[in-house]
Amino acid sequence: MSDFEPRIIAFCCQYCAYSAADMAGSMRLQYPPNVEVVLIPCTGRFDMLFALKAFEGGADGVYVAGCLEGTCHFLDGNFRAKQRVNYLRKELATLGVEEDRLRMYNLSASQGPRFVEFANEFTDLIREMGPSPFKVKSQAA
Amino acid sequence: MIIAERKPIDELKGFIAEAKKVLVVGCRGCVTVCNAGGTKEVGLLASLLRLDCEKEGRQVQVDEHTLERQCDPEYIDELLELVEKKYDAILSMACSVGPQFIAARYPDQNVFPSLNTLFIGGALKHGAWAERCQGCGNCVIHRFGGLCPIARCAKSLQNGPCGGSAGGICEISKDVECVWHLITTKMMETGRAETDFVPVQPMKDWSSSRDGGPRTIIREDLVK
Repeated sequence: MSDFEPRIIAFCCQYCAYSAADMAGSMRLQYPPNVEVVLIPCTGRFDMLFALKAFEGGADGVYVAGCLEGTCHFLDGNFRAKQRVNYLRKELATLGVEEDRLRMYNLSASQGPRFVEFANEFTDLIREMGPSPFKVKSQAA
Repeated sequence: MIIAERKPIDELKGFIAEAKKVLVVGCRGCVTVCNAGGTKEVGLLASLLRLDCEKEGRQVQVDEHTLERQCDPEYIDELLELVEKKYDAILSMACSVGPQFIAARYPDQNVFPSLNTLFIGGALKHGAWAERCQGCGNCVIHRFGGLCPIARCAKSLQNGPCGGSAGGICEISKDVECVWHLITTKMMETGRAETDFVPVQPMKDWSSSRDGGPRTIIREDLVK
């Protein structure tokens, strides 16, 4: 299991998280290649199906990254996303899956280093958890 | 509209424990509006079931389809093509009318209700619904300032409030308003307490309600 490299999907809002990722790039900061960034116009666009389809497609972890609370470009998109993430985390728990495989992060567009911190933190967390239970058995079969 | 909510996922997993092919059927009627069984909820449930089956190492095909309504035979007929694909279980995400109509139309199918049908009500705000009608068959809300004591009083009292009303709250829960407090307050505030408010309501004839058994309506101008 030590050579397990997780596949992580990050849904990043255009105004903050995605810009922070851009900033990290401009600053030549490294973050794990495990993280595949998907641009969404606002985390308010995040649909629970996005995360479920990511898991169905083989993701080991999914996170949603949006603006700091109170600074959403569309006022409350990140609060809506937070509600959806929390709802889906409970659904994952009822399936007997670690709810931390889905998380929400908040950061501003100027926080390039923070984006890298989150990417590292989440990748380490999922690496520690191991492969997604949604694909372990079917792959072994 | 009819308000419903999805059954716990464990109960639904039990329905398809032996199944290899599952069809989840949604409804674009009331349960779409109350976010319980529309196209989106069908997608979420189907995805959760697929993931769970994968987790358990089971190869299960979970298909999705949403009908215009499940309380009309003409839309239930649309399922024929899908039903011919021989599903081991059909999960209906409509109010309980839906699975009954599907089961009646396709008697050899295993049809399961995926929602718990709760009440007739409306949205207080986005994501919050409350009961407003019990379908008693003889609406009398005009006597009570537009508030329904049958649906909103825990005892369906016609002459209230009872001794369990305190500070406008019902004794059954601090989250439940005493509708009789609301009725009397509204009547007094609008100056109708003396004129429009019949102090003692006559006994209600419940034969138009469930007490008269299951109800049927036949409209002679429509029926063929």
